[in-house]
Amino acid sequence: MGSTSAFNRRDLVKRAAALGIVAVPAMGVLSACAGGGSDSDNKVEKGKKSAKNPLAVNETAGLDVVIFDGGFGDKYAKDAQSEYLKAFPKADGKVKLSSTQKIQSTLQPRFNGGNPPDLVDNSGAEQMDFGTLVAKDQLTDLSTLLDAPSVDDPNKKVRDTLRPGVVEMGQFGGKETWILYYAYTVYGVWYSKGNLKKLDAEYPETWDEMLALCAKAKKKGVAGWTYPGKYPYYLPFSLYPFIAKIGGAEVLRKIDNLEPNAWKDPAVKAAFDAYYELYKKGYVLKGSPGLDHLQSQKAWAEGKALFIPNGSWVENESAKQIAQNPQFDLAVGAPSSLSDSDKMPYGTIWASGGEPYIVPRKARNAEGGMELLRIMLSKKSAQNFIRQVSSLTSLNGGTEGLKLPPGLASAQVALEKAGQNIVNPRLQDWYVALQKERIGVGALGEMMAGRLTPDEAIKKIQKYADDTRDDSSVKKYKR
Amino acid sequence: MKHGKYRFIAGFLVLPLAIYAIFVISPFVQAIYYSLTDWTGLSPDMKMVGFDNYARLFQDEVFWSAVGNSVTLLLLLPVVTLSLGLFFAFMLNVGGRRRKKAVIGGVRGSGAYKILYFFPQVLSVPIVALLFQFAYNPESGALNAFFDAIGLDGVQPDWLGDPQIALWCVMAAMVWANVGFYVVLFSAGMSSIPKDFYEAALLDGANRFNTFFRITLPLLWDTVQTGWIYMGILALDVSAFAFVQIMSVGPGGPDYSTEVLPLYVYQKTFRDGQAGYATAIGVSLLIVTLVFSAVVMRLGRRERLEF
Repeated sequence: MGSTSAFNRRDLVKRAAALGIVAVPAMGVLSACAGGGSDSDNKVEKGKKSAKNPLAVNETAGLDVVIFDGGFGDKYAKDAQSEYLKAFPKADGKVKLSSTQKIQSTLQPRFNGGNPPDLVDNSGAEQMDFGTLVAKDQLTDLSTLLDAPSVDDPNKKVRDTLRPGVVEMGQFGGKETWILYYAYTVYGVWYSKGNLKKLDAEYPETWDEMLALCAKAKKKGVAGWTYPGKYPYYLPFSLYPFIAKIGGAEVLRKIDNLEPNAWKDPAVKAAFDAYYELYKKGYVLKGSPGLDHLQSQKAWAEGKALFIPNGSWVENESAKQIAQNPQFDLAVGAPSSLSDSDKMPYGTIWASGGEPYIVPRKARNAEGGMELLRIMLSKKSAQNFIRQVSSLTSLNGGTEGLKLPPGLASAQVALEKAGQNIVNPRLQDWYVALQKERIGVGALGEMMAGRLTPDEAIKKIQKYADDTRDDSSVKKYKR
Repeated sequence: MKHGKYRFIAGFLVLPLAIYAIFVISPFVQAIYYSLTDWTGLSPDMKMVGFDNYARLFQDEVFWSAVGNSVTLLLLLPVVTLSLGLFFAFMLNVGGRRRKKAVIGGVRGSGAYKILYFFPQVLSVPIVALLFQFAYNPESGALNAFFDAIGLDGVQPDWLGDPQIALWCVMAAMVWANVGFYVVLFSAGMSSIPKDFYEAALLDGANRFNTFFRITLPLLWDTVQTGWIYMGILALDVSAFAFVQIMSVGPGGPDYSTEVLPLYVYQKTFRDGQAGYATAIGVSLLIVTLVFSAVVMRLGRRERLEF
């Protein structure tokens, strides 16, 4: 292979490499501009404020909206968009609505470059971290929208048409509201009334009844519970309200605030013990630790297990399998009472906003983005959403005159029954990594697979929570 | 003639070097630069924090389990894949029963096997990962159904749900997806080895074992070494990321038993909004990769056999 020419190939390669190294420092200069975006103000001018246009939207300005195309699809947003065009016909042709499942990879470069869209549905697996967005001042305060008159009743502010807790969820310790949650999700124990009827049973209101029912089901070869072991952070959907029910909402507040020894509360232990007993007695569908959310929902919808911790999107997501059993009659149950000394009454449930909408700080047409949200919060658009995806919206009511599908109807009943006893743990939107990966996968999943005892799981979780509290790179919140 | 040589060469190299600098070297430099900042990835606003990110790495348990798993993949994946590839290629080309006329040949039906082995190569990584995920499904997957069918219904592992075996399950899928490529690569290498070598060895009474270790492997060494580096890099980067991301619990679980470096980079950037810290992890991944290639080059250095 040797070369005999005057040009020694090895020398040539060496020198070329040397030249490359010389070139490197020069590139450092180039790289300095990669992260920086222009800060120039390129906002559109405001329009004229009027009764029909309380947010002073520029009628001719374009609008750029990005929707998360997940369980709810994007049709409801497109419908709202045509309402927007009806109100501002001059904007026709300049309104852009795109939908994606990859929110962060699509939008991160635009945020970095300083030209984000005017309205974003920041949801799904690639949700951008809210704490970071708020901390880095990337969002517009939505108070203007909340104080504007609502579409249906000009004498009522948008703020007053929302369900309780929705505005607070969008705040991060200050007065500003950064996020508006559009959907309203009820979490809990989801089950089939039809399948329970086959066992001559009703939804168990006490834990003893729960265990008895599971034992009965086991004899017939049906598991009591299943859950998505691949994403064990579904377990909290019924476990956290259970903890609140046993020990009071205060326990969850301490947990959210990352207070020392918050997880060592006896209520946590009692709830963990109860769930662990399900595993020990063999009431959990075999193999659940290896199932993802769709697989576990499928097994549950096919009647292999009675109960599954989930949120109200399950009705839409499992619609096909549920439809195969006309007697299914989907319903959601609140956590059963563990004992008479539970601090909160039966019916205590976890409900909170879903589908978080944001208007970026650097949006060109922030007023337009907010106006579209205002339109979406009208009764007409909200009902359209409910009909299309069978989920409630943040708009209080809006269900009158609608025939609700069984799961949604039962969620509505559960909300009424809960009254003031609605809990809303914030761990999952404040500390995503802690909630999903550390507590969920690292501890709860391990416990329900029988590889950790409740005591070990609590110890592990407490350490995770302490680590997060001491981690200066994670922004902390209090409620 | 020697006069002006460098100017002459440089003239040709300006363009390629510039392209190389912009698209290959500058991202590296940028990555190192960003790893020294507190960049969130969500706003252009950032400040230098020196080596804080690196100091944090040493305290980060998840990072170390990711390093451990990545290194396990790095050490085992090439060995297993290449050994299987070599074995299959040898059987297909040399290892068969001796037939009339032909001095050497593959086992019966080797043509069909070649197609079979190469088949996974035409499937995309996510599809392979999904296929295996279905097979591992403990509720209705093929593997547990198989155990059921042969009467071993007591043995029903959770596969991907069990931290003891999850990484092995992922690795098995990666081997399956890649071995076909090496069968083809090594087959090509073997077919260029002169037949007389085998003929001479067979006349001397060499068996299959001897022909493999004395003739095939030494003459194929260059190819094996290339494959080794290629496979090692595959074990460290996107392929590992895709398989773990799609298949594993969490992903990266259960209990971080399948967390690998590229996945951790992804999670820190796209879930936690800590792009600066993520690039620091990326730089450490770069170091692992460089050390690996250096070690392989050094260990693999042998006298080149010409034929």
